[in-house]
Amino acid sequence: MTFDYPLITALARLLIFPGLLFAIPAAWFFLWVERKAVALMQGRIGPPFMQPFYDFVKMMGKTTPQRPGAAGVLMRMWPLLAMASAAGAVGLLPVLPSQGGFQGDLILLLALLEVPSMCIIAAGFSSRSIFAEIGSAREAILSVSYNVVFLLAIISIAAAQNTFSLGALAALPHTPLRWLGILALIVCLPAKLHLNPFSLPNAEQEIYAGPMTEYVGAELAMWELSHGLEWIAATGLIAALIVPSIATWWIAALVFVGIIFAIVLLLSVVASATARLAIDSSVRFYWQCTLLFAGLAAVIAIATPVLARLKP
Amino acid sequence: MCTCRSKSPWLFHMNSGSCNGCDIELIAALSPRYDAEQLGVLLKTSPRHADILCVTGPVTAKAVGAVKTVYDQIPGPKAVIAIGSCPATTNVFIDSRTLDGPLEKHIPVDVFVPGCPPRPDAIIQGVAKAAEILAERAAKGQPAAKLPVIVGDACGEPCSRAASEGQQ
Repeated sequence: MTFDYPLITALARLLIFPGLLFAIPAAWFFLWVERKAVALMQGRIGPPFMQPFYDFVKMMGKTTPQRPGAAGVLMRMWPLLAMASAAGAVGLLPVLPSQGGFQGDLILLLALLEVPSMCIIAAGFSSRSIFAEIGSAREAILSVSYNVVFLLAIISIAAAQNTFSLGALAALPHTPLRWLGILALIVCLPAKLHLNPFSLPNAEQEIYAGPMTEYVGAELAMWELSHGLEWIAATGLIAALIVPSIATWWIAALVFVGIIFAIVLLLSVVASATARLAIDSSVRFYWQCTLLFAGLAAVIAIATPVLARLKP
Repeated sequence: MCTCRSKSPWLFHMNSGSCNGCDIELIAALSPRYDAEQLGVLLKTSPRHADILCVTGPVTAKAVGAVKTVYDQIPGPKAVIAIGSCPATTNVFIDSRTLDGPLEKHIPVDVFVPGCPPRPDAIIQGVAKAAEILAERAAKGQPAAKLPVIVGDACGEPCSRAASEGQQ
């Protein structure tokens, strides 16, 4: 389906699908799916369908203490920034094949996906709570460890197909190397989304609520929303890489949501079946076990075209 | 907003010198057998995130400051549940020189769940009641001045499970 008005297409993608109008209810829905899946794994019934919405509205109605000075401004700013960039990342996802408008770029998407994580680190330190600082330090270490693998996987996918454009990547045929890259991306997701076994930064009970310890009411609601949008953006990126380009827009949208649903279920099941790892084990997992494969994939991806060119 | 408040009660658990009996029962209320998350209940780890403060224990002299600080840190609208007989009356520790209880001396209590320890279903009943009070109070825009509510099987109003197990 193609439109002749690139600006309208771009706006529709940012605001309607897969942008804000779709992404915010979808974020609540997938937060519910995660909680429900964990509950079912534990033999519970779990929260009602509207629970994330109730939580959000309730948090918006809580009173927030007065925080004078720069720290207060910063503490209001970080959750908004995280939410905005996660929403921007969702808006870039190439779900519907479109000709006009702003074509999604993989590098921009990665940058936007990384912003919420950095906001969390900064937020923890600007709240000046000792538990938040520990959480932020852990988030920083974890971010350094999984991002090497994450970026290598993305680079291998992009280099193998010679493009950084998301739309083009989604349209190109699959290769075994691409599946290897997608697998590496999925391995990185629990750390990116702070799920067990890599739930170190917000380790519940252990360091209170991690970087979020001091955040109240509407700020906390924004964090929850940005976390939900991060879910959509990160799983949506993988869904976009898996899904072949489908011309009919509603089938494309359905397949996209279906694959996100499957990945969310998979991650929730893994999260409820595992215990939290210590920071050294987490870093070792990514740098020793996973990095090897991601590095191999990147080397093959870069070497293949070079070797092909050397052949007469 | 009222519906959302009553359907999403987040708890913060505070032990003010309890023997751990009530604490175990509170955790049991959140465990798979009783599954309080059906009511939207979550045990939060920071008082900043909580709506309802659950206090166990008879409030020892050393815990008074902590109880007041934690109560002040919870953003409004908020409610307090006294879990067990200790925070309500100081129970068997009455007249002890190390205590500064009961809890009502220091912070306003909305719901008492008596029992030593109370059953998890009584605690869930108390949480549900506190969530209602919370939503009602927020709607009226002022602290409730009425008498605190007492729930649970220790007050002559048996919960369904307690009643059915009593018959066996």
